[in-house]
Amino acid sequence: MPDGALPVLDVKDLKTVFKTRSGEVHAVNSVSFDVKPGELLGVVGESGSGKSVTMMSLIGLLPSPPADVKQGEVLFDGQDLLKINARDLRHVRGGKIGFVFQDPMTSLNPVFNVGYQLMEPLRLHMGMTKAQARIRAKELLELVGIPDAERRLKDFPHQFSGGMRQRVMIAIALACDPQVLIADEPTTALDVTIQAQIIELIKELREKLGMAIIWITHDLGVIAGIADRVMVMYGGQVVEQAPVRELFTNPQHPYTRALLQTIPSVRGARAEKLNVIEGQPPILGAAPAACPFRDRCAYRFDRCDRENPLRRDVSPHHDAACHYDFTKGGAHGV
Amino acid sequence: MAFDGARKPLVAVDDLKMHFPIYGGLLRRRVGEVKAVDGISFEIMEGETLGLVGESGCGKSTVGRALLRLYELTGGTVKIDDYDIAHASPEELRKMRPTMQMIFQDPQASLNPRMTVADIIGEPLREHQKGSALEREDRVLELMDQVGLNRDFANRYPHEFSGGQRQRIGIARALALNPKFIVCDEPIAALDVSIQAQVVNLLEELQDRLGLTYLFISHDLSMVRHIADRVAVMYLGRIAELAPRDDLYAEPLHPYTQALLSAVPEPDPSLESKVERIILRGDVPSPSNPPKGCNFCTRCPLVMDICTKREPQFQEVRPGRFVACHLFENT
Repeated sequence: MPDGALPVLDVKDLKTVFKTRSGEVHAVNSVSFDVKPGELLGVVGESGSGKSVTMMSLIGLLPSPPADVKQGEVLFDGQDLLKINARDLRHVRGGKIGFVFQDPMTSLNPVFNVGYQLMEPLRLHMGMTKAQARIRAKELLELVGIPDAERRLKDFPHQFSGGMRQRVMIAIALACDPQVLIADEPTTALDVTIQAQIIELIKELREKLGMAIIWITHDLGVIAGIADRVMVMYGGQVVEQAPVRELFTNPQHPYTRALLQTIPSVRGARAEKLNVIEGQPPILGAAPAACPFRDRCAYRFDRCDRENPLRRDVSPHHDAACHYDFTKGGAHGV
Repeated sequence: MAFDGARKPLVAVDDLKMHFPIYGGLLRRRVGEVKAVDGISFEIMEGETLGLVGESGCGKSTVGRALLRLYELTGGTVKIDDYDIAHASPEELRKMRPTMQMIFQDPQASLNPRMTVADIIGEPLREHQKGSALEREDRVLELMDQVGLNRDFANRYPHEFSGGQRQRIGIARALALNPKFIVCDEPIAALDVSIQAQVVNLLEELQDRLGLTYLFISHDLSMVRHIADRVAVMYLGRIAELAPRDDLYAEPLHPYTQALLSAVPEPDPSLESKVERIILRGDVPSPSNPPKGCNFCTRCPLVMDICTKREPQFQEVRPGRFVACHLFENT
């Protein structure tokens, strides 16, 4: 990918807070990132790390209340998505930004056939007639590898298998030629052999259509195979960001390092005992005044309790939010 | 723990069948059946962990439940500790229950939200009338120590715990009656990666300390490789391959095992690009209408004429390695 290309989506200092009866939850804390055209950005993190909430905030998918996108800028197509009105945002969402969710069964409407659901965005966003939309819908099903597309348009979601349903979801997301496709754990609900099929499909489509993809997952294995660049999230913050190979070979945040050591593999040498990250992820009751990972960190020192580390560059394309400098083996700036 | 042929089997399963009826039509007559488990045989040695892997719907959870007779079996026998579980009367079965326990997938759903942790862990003790109330209380606290739960939390409710801690409550409850055999049904599937390793290490420690025997059911092939001594791969109600762990991962014999292993993503970009992936076409057929012959023939990349006609035998093709595939018959 060209180095100097302008990002297609540029998120700056995004902050989302949920107001609940038992207090506030600071789910996303000053998250910044961008995606270049045609790039595949992997977003990794455990449940509650804020990866899905980040993506949903930026296209206004969170119900408010309880959610409140407090600050930030989301620059897309020359406008700030957080500032435009609901009507314009609706046009972007499902049009120029496509979304694929984890569970294809709950995100498809069970009482409409697949053809209707595919044609809906085409008619709404692209202003197609019914006949035009039907032709395009059939093409889309063929594009995502569903055999006998013409006939299957009349089928309802329950008549498809899990993998096929996810293909339908992808077809809907691609309907209006999006510039960005956000895929939120698209293969987590699927079996490994079906997951392999969907990953192959996304790789193919990316080559054919050239859109940018944001792929959210907790599975580092999936990320290793498809991403160009990876962003690791923990406790509502971005803790590390690097090109995929760099991240796996030279991780600079203690969380990334620990995470890479805990996952077993089916290939290569087998570990006798699994490495463990002791403790629990933090509860995000207040805006963080200290490093969110400190309670589980092996490199913790006094500064970690006082000050939340900012992201700093390790090399031109690699940054990490940690007070500890692994290249030096000591604290930063000492 | 290494697999040792001299040890005696604690669990012996022979030709286990578990079919569920399908009722349909106006009169709700029986119109067919789902062959969730269709004739499988295996043994689990004392102190061993047998991993049972397969995709959703292959029948692996049904096997686990049938082994503890949470279902009435359609056919076959199950022996645990030389005791015939499949044909035991309810009273006999009740006496057997303490020997065999289960850890469930979803700790949220398998713990009663209105009971405290102490009540949950103590319930099996009360149910089987072990000791006085005071002794039971001691035992509950001891169990909490064993699984790494803070004693001070004994009077809290399940919702006050995180997923990993809830799974520890489930494990403590399973250990309460000093079982010999525990069926772990996807015990880590609902947990985050960093928490999964904690629970797996706990299960391994407990096994070493208490000499437990596990049936570890999972779809996560990399975790199974870590915890299991031997691994059985299921497909559509049958076992496709059963082998010692290292042999299976180094050289899978059955075409399905090969495809399954190749499909697992590799958490290392430089290795990942070298993985030769076998992409299976299509989906798993319905277990109410399995294909004729070998049940994998509709997706097998190496399918032959005979596969669609005759069912392959599940047989030992190398010492300790069992495969059901025509490629290995008569060799």
